[in-house]
Amino acid sequence: MTFRARHLLGIEPLKPDEILTILDLADEYVDLNRSPQKHSDVLAGMTQINMFFEASTRTQASFEIAGKRLGADVMNMAMQASSIKKGETLIDTALTLNAMHPDLLVVRHPNSGAVDLLAQKVNCAVLNAGDGRHEHPTQALLDALTIRRAKGRLHRLTIAICGDIAHSRVARSNILLLGKMENRVRLVGPPTLIPAKATEFGVEVYDDMKEGLAGADVVMMLRLQKERMDGGFIPSEREYFHRYGLDAEKLAHAADDAIVMHPGPMNRGVEIDGTLADDINRSVIQEQVEMGVAVRMAAMDLLARNLRTARAGRESLNV
Amino acid sequence: MMKTLFTNARLIDPEAETDALGWLLVEGETILAIGTGEAPPAETKIDCAGKCLAPGIVDIGVKVCEPGERHKESFGSAGAAAAAGGVTTMVTRPDTCPAIDTPEVLEFVTRRGREASPVRIKPMATLTKGREGREMVEIGFLLDAGAVAFTDGDRVVENTKVLSRAMTYARSLGALVIAHPQDPGLSKGACTTSGKFASLRGLPAVAPMAERMALDRDLALVEMTGAKYHADQITTARALPALERAKQNGRDVTAGVSIHHLTLNELDVGDYRTFFKVKPPLRSEDDRLAMVEAVGSGLIDVISSMHTPQDEESKRLPYEEAASGAVALETLLPAAMRLYHAGAIALPRLWRALSLNPSRRLGLATGRLAPGAPADLVWFDPDAPFVLDRFGLRSKSKNTPFDGARMQGHVLGTWVAGKPVFEKG
Repeated sequence: MTFRARHLLGIEPLKPDEILTILDLADEYVDLNRSPQKHSDVLAGMTQINMFFEASTRTQASFEIAGKRLGADVMNMAMQASSIKKGETLIDTALTLNAMHPDLLVVRHPNSGAVDLLAQKVNCAVLNAGDGRHEHPTQALLDALTIRRAKGRLHRLTIAICGDIAHSRVARSNILLLGKMENRVRLVGPPTLIPAKATEFGVEVYDDMKEGLAGADVVMMLRLQKERMDGGFIPSEREYFHRYGLDAEKLAHAADDAIVMHPGPMNRGVEIDGTLADDINRSVIQEQVEMGVAVRMAAMDLLARNLRTARAGRESLNV
Repeated sequence: MMKTLFTNARLIDPEAETDALGWLLVEGETILAIGTGEAPPAETKIDCAGKCLAPGIVDIGVKVCEPGERHKESFGSAGAAAAAGGVTTMVTRPDTCPAIDTPEVLEFVTRRGREASPVRIKPMATLTKGREGREMVEIGFLLDAGAVAFTDGDRVVENTKVLSRAMTYARSLGALVIAHPQDPGLSKGACTTSGKFASLRGLPAVAPMAERMALDRDLALVEMTGAKYHADQITTARALPALERAKQNGRDVTAGVSIHHLTLNELDVGDYRTFFKVKPPLRSEDDRLAMVEAVGSGLIDVISSMHTPQDEESKRLPYEEAASGAVALETLLPAAMRLYHAGAIALPRLWRALSLNPSRRLGLATGRLAPGAPADLVWFDPDAPFVLDRFGLRSKSKNTPFDGARMQGHVLGTWVAGKPVFEKG
């Protein structure tokens, strides 16, 4: 096993073999999750706290199920509703929670870097469930697992990531992960939604959807963040759908066996045609959700192992 | 009157641009004579041991958090930090709470400075009331009360009509207007410079071009109004041609840069280290090198500390929400030594930007090593190495980006008007 990290804060610090370690273990958890007795005790006795400073349904549910299936005591805290309203700082919140001796802290926060900051102040394992526009590592890992299972490999694929790249932490984590695994990554979207100097990430940038999709093995659509509409990044939803929404005609430019992905939640009729999203021959969107639970189980299992090793080491040193 | 002789000193004269061994004689508050060889007699002798003796630093843009936020910095703590950093004149910023926008508040600041600070205080006043960009302040009264320049700090006067009127009025009184060139629309909400690093970190960013756009506007207003204008910080290469053109056309224009933009770049932010969050944000390495070159050539006139104290609470936040600014009174000189040791700028040239040019721009007699000039002096060892510990700083706030950094350059002694205000123990 080669995964030695204390936290999972992003894809950036991971090496390819660490990524593969997580994915291999996740494959085993897919089997467990499909079995009638979907329960394990690897996290028995451990406490997992899900702290979501930003509304989330699917990611939070996925982490919660993952923790429960592994036997952890799981607690959800909807942080938008609680202490930050009373003026408590992020660090004070972290210290308060830390005093309750959690073992795994799953954190989502609207500010980039906030999860890194929090991780410096606690002595448990921290999983980044999305920070601002920075990273969403478990999403990239579940996407990678979905791709590997659908395509049989995770290298030398042409993958088009389409839509609102600039505001997307999913895109950043995916660009990093797919790049590390030696894939050809393309970013497709209106130039107002492509981050500055994107070409320096080692990707190709297209503002024409058909050119961007030409021959692609994987088409990864991103959610158009409607709250960004106020910023005037695009003229209208209908023009956006016309130029960048995925429909059968645009998808025809991709490889014949191309798969369609979406991290959800989808805006049907804005970035993706509803019929296409439901087409079980092309769309792997439901598999992504399934892989999400397995990947999160694998990540938490590995972090818990590292945490136990670290604690055992401290005890043997008597500190 | 008492005479003090500094012997065996490496004299850094920014005016003559010389760097040579010699002696310097101080009588009372002023420099009496300078020479080499046989030294005249004096009551007190200080052997400088071959180390540098230069005019004290004149630092435009120091934030002393009085009135309003004395827990961050006071005239006492800032003055002690300045003395230890070789800064003999602090030109203070008016972006306090309340803002320094009336002669009454200015008089309070002057009095507090006189009582508590061992170094000279030259206060600036705001350009518009409450820094709101709507109405100009009483420029005439404030000048009479001792304001040396007028600035809204890092707030840009967005309304061009308001700015043009304030500049026109300021011109009639010969008042210096200092602006922060940054397009307000493009820079709104930004905390990094757009580029690969900002994109990777997922932080809101501003294009470097926003600086040039705002500078272009301001320089057009200078052309229109004839005002005396200083850009507080020029930090991007793309703004330099506009500045150069304005100077060539004979406009009364100068520009400054902060020490942080000369010694750090955007990558230093690393994993969201908020002590590196400054305004404008740190730039690319190419821009940093262009700024160093511009200081060397004299296109950029002034180096400032842009000393901005922030307490731990305002920095220990997610990067976007953390306060901007860094303390720098004590690290200005050692950080500037990085430019000297890198062979980029010679000491006399460096002292033009640190002392002579800011003095001239504000009409002060300081900044010179010449008979008759005020005896504001800094004695320092440019080579002495040390590792900076932020908790050793004299500022009340410890928000320095140089914590743990290996630096060179120790201040050995500082004199203001002939009197010692700092001696290295």
